[in-house]
Amino acid sequence: MSILVDRNTRVITQGITGKTGQFHTRMCRDYANGRAAFVAGVNPKKAGEDFEGIPIYATVQEAKQATGATVSVIYVPPAGAAAAIDEAVDAELDLVICITEGIPVRDMIRTRYRMQGRRTLLLGPNCPGVITPEEIKIGIMPGHIHRKGRIGVVSRSGTLTYEAVGQITELGLGQSSAVGIGGDPVNGLKHIDVLKLFNDDPETDAVVMIGEIGGNDEETAALWAREHMRKPIVGFIAGVTAPPGKRMGHAGAIISGGKGTAQEKLEVMEASGIRVTRNPAEMGKLLATVLK
Amino acid sequence: MKIHEYQGKEIFRRYGMAVPRGIPAFSVDDAVQAAQALPGPVYVVKAQIHAGGRGKGGGVKLARSIDEVRDLAGSILGMQLVTHQTGPAGQKVRRLLIEEGADIRKELYVAMVVDRATQRVVLMGSAEGGMDIEEVAAKTPEKIVRVTIDPAQGLTGAQADDVARRIGVPEASLPQSRTMLQGLYRAFDETDASLAEINPLVLTGDGRVIALDAKLNFDANALFRHPDIVAMRDLDEEDPAEIQASKFDLSYISLDGDIGCLVNGAGLAMATMDVIKLYGGSPANFLDVGGGATAEKVTEAFKIMLSNPGLKAILVNIFGGIMKCDTIAEGIVAAVRAVGLEVPLVVRMKGTNEELGKKILADSGLPIITADNMAQAAERAVAATRGTRP
Repeated sequence: MSILVDRNTRVITQGITGKTGQFHTRMCRDYANGRAAFVAGVNPKKAGEDFEGIPIYATVQEAKQATGATVSVIYVPPAGAAAAIDEAVDAELDLVICITEGIPVRDMIRTRYRMQGRRTLLLGPNCPGVITPEEIKIGIMPGHIHRKGRIGVVSRSGTLTYEAVGQITELGLGQSSAVGIGGDPVNGLKHIDVLKLFNDDPETDAVVMIGEIGGNDEETAALWAREHMRKPIVGFIAGVTAPPGKRMGHAGAIISGGKGTAQEKLEVMEASGIRVTRNPAEMGKLLATVLK
Repeated sequence: MKIHEYQGKEIFRRYGMAVPRGIPAFSVDDAVQAAQALPGPVYVVKAQIHAGGRGKGGGVKLARSIDEVRDLAGSILGMQLVTHQTGPAGQKVRRLLIEEGADIRKELYVAMVVDRATQRVVLMGSAEGGMDIEEVAAKTPEKIVRVTIDPAQGLTGAQADDVARRIGVPEASLPQSRTMLQGLYRAFDETDASLAEINPLVLTGDGRVIALDAKLNFDANALFRHPDIVAMRDLDEEDPAEIQASKFDLSYISLDGDIGCLVNGAGLAMATMDVIKLYGGSPANFLDVGGGATAEKVTEAFKIMLSNPGLKAILVNIFGGIMKCDTIAEGIVAAVRAVGLEVPLVVRMKGTNEELGKKILADSGLPIITADNMAQAAERAVAATRGTRP
């Protein structure tokens, strides 16, 4: 097993005809079960055409009806990306993965408001996506650094996820699933949601949780984990040295009003029984100690 | 993106919010003319910089005559205004706002921000206006009133009145505070603001409700649909290195250390700064070259880092994913050949085409210090700044 996606997942790509969409669709299709998994693209102006054999439909609804796909991945540019999420939600997909970086916060507030009470889960935006190694890769992460295994990874940052994955793989272990929840302030699945999924996944033994400055999602997740998590968690928070009031690359990575510091997060995580390291090069090493 | 107080007040006026009469001034003569156009006899001369705490720093003064306006404008324009938000060097004052004085009976505080937990805009208010709100939040959080705004309804009249009553607006002034607060929400929403703050919001002797200050920050991701706000940008208030970096789509923030960092990905860039600190060093900057770095971008990044006279070493930390290590290696070699290299350079590369990248660096004959992981890279960079080998 795994979380969110596996070899049987069928995927619609929204924004398949753009440069980014084309490039990553090829990479995803060439990974593991990708050729069977990526079954449809969406572009209203190119309906009836195909992208290298992947049929293009006018709408997400049509793509879903024609192929039975239940997940979509979005590479649509920022100005139209929230509307693309709305379309996938209206088509009642199970999961929407939004890779797009740079969506205005106001658009995301409205999209999240529309999503209340709907069945669709959202991963991202501004995220690398999700991978279940040797089964399916949906997103922009480099497939080759992953290896099938029993460690779950959840992170707000892309390359820092790869760093953790690389360290896990170097230990001779592998990942059950690696999930990038994204660096935006208003997003879908949060650390707590992904921890819950890993907790219930019989094929995950431990979790590496990576956070960064801004907001308090890590604290919320840590407090939940203290009561409910049955598996060890190893944590790292980026931005101990980040100055307040500055947006550190990610839209959501900002210490505002003295809140959202790395120190605060690390303290709550430690107090909740999460083993944390201040050294990002030692996430793997610390994981090895909790697994014994 | 930030704007000046006088620009924020222009936006407030568009939304029917009451602000004092005032005119921006860029010179002493401007300031005198502005004062002559105001009724008097009391004027306020306000330094316009993108930082709070201007009053305490000596950037806001009361004048009781046109001559006094002239003297104060002369002394404030050009001064290095130091506040708790500017850093010790302060910020040079290049613009003023000349305003009519207000008969202040009570100073309140209101602000709007996006609350990440509820994913809504919240209105916050406090009866402790004029104070540093962070201090109020830390010492007496119970004094801050909050309401969450439904995006479909906007701020309702009942919500606005509730907040107003709880921060001490008298019944007779509620219609005015309602106009103010509902205007503030509409301004926040329609301009894609990320922060809107009025500190202080004042009650005057005759019961009016006036925004005596205006602080607006905007969501950088939404500026594409607000050319009028982009036109308000004041590059004098921004860090020159950060402006230069933004031209090349590099995410760069100046810090006060001496080890330059070039990293792909925001999280890894922060982690790289952290690990430098962990080994006793201090990062000179945050720099995310992004996923699509080219040799040109890497060269520009080197130029920007090397423009810092305090720089003692550069640490490049790349986890190649979609971006290939050989592309970065070529960029580094091209950059070093183009701009020269007067400080030690430590490179850690991992991921896609790692071996090829390392070979390009080795074959270049450049004195590059390599490292196998980010801890070792940081250790070596810190040692290099001290002229030692770890």
